[in-house]
Parts: sequence; structure tokens; C-alpha cells
Amino acid sequence: MTQPDTDQPLLVAEGLSKWYGRQLGCRDASFALYEGEVIAVVGESGSGKTTLLQLLSSQLEPSAGRVLYRMRDGSTPDLAALGEAERRFLFRTDWGYVHQDPAAGLRMNVSAGANVGERLMAVGWQHYGRIRHSASDWLTRVEIDPARIDEAPWSYSGGMRQRLQIARNLVSRPRLVFMDEPTGGLDVSVQARLLDLLRGLVADLSLAAVIVTHDLAVARLLSHRIIVMKDGEMVESGLSDQVLDDPREAYTQLLVSSILPP
Amino acid sequence: MTNVLALSAVSKTFTMHLQGGLRLPVVAGVEFAVQRGQCVVLAGPSGTGKSSILKMIFGTYRCDSGSILVDRDGDIVDVASAEPRQILALRRAALGYVSQFLRAIPRVAAIDVVAEPLVTAGVPRDNARQRAGDLLSWLNIPERLWSLPPATFSGGEQQRVNIARGFLSDLPVLLLDEPTASLDAGNRAVVVDLVAEKKRRGAAIVAIVHDDDVRTAIADTVIDVTRFAAAA
Repeated sequence: MTQPDTDQPLLVAEGLSKWYGRQLGCRDASFALYEGEVIAVVGESGSGKTTLLQLLSSQLEPSAGRVLYRMRDGSTPDLAALGEAERRFLFRTDWGYVHQDPAAGLRMNVSAGANVGERLMAVGWQHYGRIRHSASDWLTRVEIDPARIDEAPWSYSGGMRQRLQIARNLVSRPRLVFMDEPTGGLDVSVQARLLDLLRGLVADLSLAAVIVTHDLAVARLLSHRIIVMKDGEMVESGLSDQVLDDPREAYTQLLVSSILPP
Repeated sequence: MTNVLALSAVSKTFTMHLQGGLRLPVVAGVEFAVQRGQCVVLAGPSGTGKSSILKMIFGTYRCDSGSILVDRDGDIVDVASAEPRQILALRRAALGYVSQFLRAIPRVAAIDVVAEPLVTAGVPRDNARQRAGDLLSWLNIPERLWSLPPATFSGGEQQRVNIARGFLSDLPVLLLDEPTASLDAGNRAVVVDLVAEKKRRGAAIVAIVHDDDVRTAIADTVIDVTRFAAAA
């Protein structure tokens, strides 16, 4: 695995804010994300984590601020200035989005193979045999028996569905993946398997990722940097081990000290 | 200058917001340098800030003041003021750290835990695993354990996996936090040999060791950390 040779950030958030009417969703979030870097956004429910994720992935329109993204051609447009078609293209080719609920990110009634292959067709693959081969390859990578390629995900367990969603997102080799509580709602043993898998894939593919999680153990395991959010604001950020082992802000100290040791 | 690592006027105080802003001074005015091939041992009773100093050098703890300069092939980085991604790059290229306890990752085999830093640095996985296996053998970890996750290993076995992980790559700075605490005499001797080998290869080492024999065997300089005691 080589280190990204560029010193330019992949994504830059500048003063991102979102109000829902008079209700604050997120205020003045600014940071830069580099290639191959994983940032975890932590905080409790209602802290603005998911709002931030949706602003970054241009699923929500910011009330103020902007998101700059470095395209493969080196240009760094403001995402809000892109047309809807261009944004959709970015979503299908350069980005992945892993939902907490796999049903939101999968088509539940079509086969696993089609769920994965669809992303490849979106980036121009046409040869059926190659698409199927690649889909089967990815099922193996996420530890799903390729013999089940023709089954629809509704027949899969929760953990398998989540792994399938990950395969669907990564098959087209995105540069950036957004994940919203990817291990939420899974049994701990299933979670451990998924975490290990994600950890390996993120490193092998040198992916940049923004992972929203309320689980600090997940953040420690997967991320290089942590952003702590409270009441819609970034209260602290830094190296993951620094934020967790030497938390500076009162709220971060409360979060870290609230974990029950196993 | 042959200093690979130099600390100057480093201080650290913890502020405990949940205890009404209680301030716990740890160290102040920390000042020392380590040269290529030199081993500096930090000495002093528990609670005097030895581990905190190692963690500040590694970037896990922030410094309140001062500088921690690391020479990475002529490129000097100040850990105390570096950006997170500079510290991450520095860890990959220059800073090794053997912590007191292994942070086991579910499902990852011992041999992969050991090989990981090399793989991250770009060494092909097969090659990295081969070298990891050689080192695990040297540390008397039987081959039948290599493919198992170390979570179920004994304390001494986990510590040796941790040592192997820290010693596998040839980094210019190596930080050792009580690497021999739960080892028997035979394995302590292996660690002493490993440290000597690292010194020959030019590593600058900062170690915390309570065992007198080990300390005598590896230390070129012993620094009494109580002289950096911060005024409460």
C-alpha cells in the first residue's frame, strides 16, 4: 500500500452550518480530509453527526458554508455548484454511502449479484460475465459464500446484509466512503467481524472515509482522527488516540469516562 | 547534531473537568536528547510521569509547552506542534512504540498483528509475515499460536507479541514502556539482545524498565524523572 502522493485535501468543509427552521442541526464545521484518511465523527444522538454527514455528501443543502471536493481531474469545485447530474455521477463513481440500515442502501428484492453489479454498470461495465465475476469476487471479499449470489438480500442475516452493502459500495473503487453507524444494530460478534473486515478494506484500498458512530471503540479501531460533536458543534478534534486517551474538553472527558470497561 | 530525538521545556498538566476543573500537574521542564544508537532509560517511582513522557513523544498525549523534535532523515518534525497527519506519517516512518499492554483486535491473527506496521509501510504482506514469524520464533512464541488472535494469550505471550510488533520495523526512534514486566528470565534476555541489536543498527531508544538487570544491560544513560516533577 502506498501513501497518497498528494498534499492537497480530498474534501474541505468550510463553515458548514444547517438550521432546520430555528432548530440548529450543525454550526460552523470546518476541517479537511485527505486521501487514505479515516475520520470518525462521534457524539450522542442529536449532536448533529448525521446532519454533518449529509451536508458533506451533499444530501442536505447547507444554510451556510461550503464543501469543496477534489475531482479526479484535480479541479476542486464547490459541491453546491455542481449540477444534479454531476452530483449523481460523483455518488455512483467516486463515493460510497453505507447506511446503518442495510435495507436503505440495498435493493432488497433483487439478487446479491445484481446489487453489487449495478454499481459496475453505472460506471460503464457492460460485459455480463465480467460483472458477475467481479460481484462474486466481492462477495468473497466480504465473506459471503458466492454460492448465494442469486439470492436476494431479504434472505440474508443482518450482518450479511451489512457486508453486502459494503461490497456494493466498494466494488466501483470509490475514493471516499461515508458511513452512518455501520455497525449499529448488530450483535457484538457480528460487529467484530464487520469491523475487522472494514479495517482491512479501508487500509488495502487506501480509502478516505467519514464514519459517524456513537461507539468510541469503533472510532478507535477504524479512524485516524476523531471529531467530537455536541449540540451541533465540533467541540474537539485530533488524532484518535489523542482524543480518547488525553481528552481536553469537558464533554469529551465525559464521553470517554462513560464507557463501561468490558 | 546526531540527536535523533530532543525534548526541550516540555510540560504537561491534566485538567479534570469532571472533578470541578482539578489540575493535575504531571511534568514540567522536561529536557533530554537521544542520539543514534543510544538508549536512555527513564527512572523514578510510579506516578512521576515516565509513561506520560513516552506518550507525549508518540503524540498520544498533547504537550502544554515545549518542543519534541524528531529527526526523520534530516527532516525535523516537532511532535508538540505537528498536525495529526504529520504525526501519523512520523509514526509510520520514524516512531516505534511498545506499550505496556497489547490492544488486541478481534479476529486478527498474532502474526498479522506483528506484521501490520511493515505492511502499512509498504512491505509486501508475505515478506512481512515471514519476518514477523522469524521474530516471534526468536521470542519463543510457538508457531501453533501465530494464526490465533492474541486476545486469549497469557500476559507474557501478549507482551511478546507486542514487542515483536514494535521491533519488527527498523524505525529511528523506539519507545519502550516496561517491555519486560511480565516476562521470565529467558525472555527478558531475548529482549535485552533485541535492544542491543537495535542500538547497533542506530536506533535511538527511550525505555522505562523496572528490572535492575535489564536496565543495567541496556541503558547508556539513566534519567531520574523526579527532577521534572511539576509543582502542584
